[in-house]
Amino acid sequence: MTIPSVPPVLYLILSGMLFTIGVIGALTRRNAIVVFICIEMMLNAVNLTFITLSRFLQSMDGVLFAFFVMTVAAAEAAVGLAIFVMIYRSRETINVDEVNLLKW
Amino acid sequence: MVENIGTIFQWLIFLGMAFTSLLASLLVITRKNPIHSALFLVLNFLCVAVLYLLLQSQFIAIIQVIVYAGAIVMLIVFVIMLLDLEEELRSGLKLFYSKVIGGVLAVLFLIGIIYAVAGTSLTGKTGSYTPDKISANVKVFGEVLFTQYLFPFEIVSVLLVVAIIGAVILSKKRT
Repeated sequence: MTIPSVPPVLYLILSGMLFTIGVIGALTRRNAIVVFICIEMMLNAVNLTFITLSRFLQSMDGVLFAFFVMTVAAAEAAVGLAIFVMIYRSRETINVDEVNLLKW
Repeated sequence: MVENIGTIFQWLIFLGMAFTSLLASLLVITRKNPIHSALFLVLNFLCVAVLYLLLQSQFIAIIQVIVYAGAIVMLIVFVIMLLDLEEELRSGLKLFYSKVIGGVLAVLFLIGIIYAVAGTSLTGKTGSYTPDKISANVKVFGEVLFTQYLFPFEIVSVLLVVAIIGAVILSKKRT
């Protein structure tokens, strides 16, 4: 008998679970940096979906999309962390419950 | 049995990496210290990079380790050390109704994903990049990137320049 290789469904369910854990973290944590970390985790889960479908549908487009998602994530990290540093300078906190006004 | 040994190793690696990444992501959202969250995030990224290797995308796996686990997490850890986040440790993780409702909705979302994925097989049109063709990963990737996806590539370069300028202007000392 031959054992079947890992089906794509398991990869998709795994990335769905990682995404859900990221959503729960982004909704429940109040530290802006931890919310940011959870968003990175969600982007990573979506990348796993792209790579899985690209592998099992034998197409290169998913890999390219994952590449672009990574680029956008890097740009987002640079700008987002600069915003956190600026908020901390003016408000002395980065708790997202207390930072609720766009202009102060 | 002998011809199955590769498949058995594939299953072992997949299950190990899946459980480790789930455990690491649970630890990311439950640790109170943000530094611990960032370090478990590295573990999560490395496990997903191994899954990319299992899916025969070596290039994305290497980019994942360099860009995500290297550069982005390094930035996050740097900013955490720059800021003084002690008050988060004292306030802790209290449960409010909004958090409970959000968590329940997220779990419902997961159930929806599993329902949508588990019942059906992949129905998309199968492309021409078979696994043995993809094994020359970087070459194929570059060919597609610089022909079919040339315009998004240029857009992304503009986006990176905008991000650099934005980060510099934001963190500049106001006069």
